[in-house]
Amino acid sequence: MIILKNISKYFNKGSVNQVLALNNINLQIKKGDFITVIGSNGAGKSTLLNCLAGSFLPSHGQILFNQQDITNWPEYKRAKFVGRVFQDPLLGTCASMSIEQNMALALRRGKTRTLALGVTSKDRVIFKELLAKLGLSLENRLADKVGLLSGGQRQALTMLMATMVRPEILLLDEHTAALDPKTAQHILRLTEEIVNEQHLTTLMVTHNMHQAIQLGNRLIMLHRGEVIFDIHGEEKYKLTVQELLSRFYELRGEEFSSDKMLLI
Amino acid sequence: MISYYALIGAVEQGFVYGIMVLGVYLTFRILDFPDLTVDGSLPLGAAISAVAITHGINPFLSLFLAMGGGFLAGVVTGILNTKLKILHLLASILTMISLYSINIRIMSGPNVSLLGAKTVLDPLIELGFPGYLAAPILFGVLATFLTVIIILFLYTEIGQAMLATGDNPKMVISQGVNTDNIIILGVGLSNGLVALSGGLIAQNQGAADVNMGVGTIVAGLASVIVGETILGDKSIPQACFAVLIGSIVYRLAIALALGLKIGSFSFAPSDLNLITAILVVLALIAPKLKKKF
Repeated sequence: MIILKNISKYFNKGSVNQVLALNNINLQIKKGDFITVIGSNGAGKSTLLNCLAGSFLPSHGQILFNQQDITNWPEYKRAKFVGRVFQDPLLGTCASMSIEQNMALALRRGKTRTLALGVTSKDRVIFKELLAKLGLSLENRLADKVGLLSGGQRQALTMLMATMVRPEILLLDEHTAALDPKTAQHILRLTEEIVNEQHLTTLMVTHNMHQAIQLGNRLIMLHRGEVIFDIHGEEKYKLTVQELLSRFYELRGEEFSSDKMLLI
Repeated sequence: MISYYALIGAVEQGFVYGIMVLGVYLTFRILDFPDLTVDGSLPLGAAISAVAITHGINPFLSLFLAMGGGFLAGVVTGILNTKLKILHLLASILTMISLYSINIRIMSGPNVSLLGAKTVLDPLIELGFPGYLAAPILFGVLATFLTVIIILFLYTEIGQAMLATGDNPKMVISQGVNTDNIIILGVGLSNGLVALSGGLIAQNQGAADVNMGVGTIVAGLASVIVGETILGDKSIPQACFAVLIGSIVYRLAIALALGLKIGSFSFAPSDLNLITAILVVLALIAPKLKKKF
């Protein structure tokens, strides 16, 4: 269980460029929740994910992880229980290192690094098995540099790496947005498979309303740093795009049409 | 061309400065951290080693002290950069400038002479090696040994984390690595190597001088780039040996340049830094020029 209590985040606080990116967010993420997060540009979706991952600390509020206060934990320490996939497929892996070296880095997430061998033959057995499941023939290319792979292949690899050591929470930040539609579909299927198989608690930011409705058991909508919509269970499964839009106007009664998000 | 002795001399210099070049390779290439501390940590190593020897400490032991001093200097730069958020270049310049004062304090003056003092070369000379061969042999063995050690280190878990830190810090943090500590360790190790190189140079040339570090970073970069260009950097072992050999090639080129006479003009040793800087500039812009034409 992860609890966000009164989380606020200012950027450039005190200057003329001050932005309130998160405004008093209260959120309870239950174990096994698969939450899709939608909202217009600048709504605070990525800020919310970054706050959870510890990329920056909130201006106010508290983050509790299984009753433990982790508000001030730095990002590398939280990585022990956070798996992350970024929007940019280049961000999740090291281009100059081989596939097996990248995976070995991920296999040691949360462990103290020592002077032991970076990639062992035991590791390679595990990697081959995991890569074979992807169906991208990467299992025969363990020593190839990741820089040689396509964006889709790299994102699939990142997905594997984020979940190789089971994360308590998986954070997906529009992780299919930079891919072509076919590859995006593949990565999405892979995401579903991994999340269901390991029963992962997941937070997935997306710009795609259909995706947000199809996937997961819970949907939250952010607007100007606030959760304006939080729906789960039976209600979520019945949700349609039209309904989602009308709910939005109902709640805010604001002009929203110019936004990219509505293009679906 | 150059004489046999000049050739041996260049190889000897190439190996002893090669240890420094390995250090520069660690920061500049592996960590992507342009570290100017080396201009101060090279004379620091020389100063520590020389002062230790004149105080009756075993010359081998003095080198360990020198390495320790260099490591600490690197750690200071690393902390200035990571914990105090000072730009890496500026952080390293601050340490370098401080080391100028510190080195004079250590030596109680601008230089220390080691004439007639015991050095690490003595055991080889006692074994019957002629003086001019003892240095290149010892330095060659040591530089090769350290190159192998660094290669092995880069294949450990910590070494791999270091490679990743230079490549993609965001990724490696999300894999639970404290990149601050890795940078501090890396810059420390690098300067430990540079200080060791400084200690050996002092023992070899019979003196430590506060100004002997001027231009170290440029010579280091030139060697790294020359080595990588000639021998390639496709894999870690290849790149590590390439920069060591780059150091030798660089010293040979310098020896050639110094022997050059065009009419009444010839280069003076003080022209070295200018020549090296021009060489580095050319090497750095070469890939871009290639794309343009």
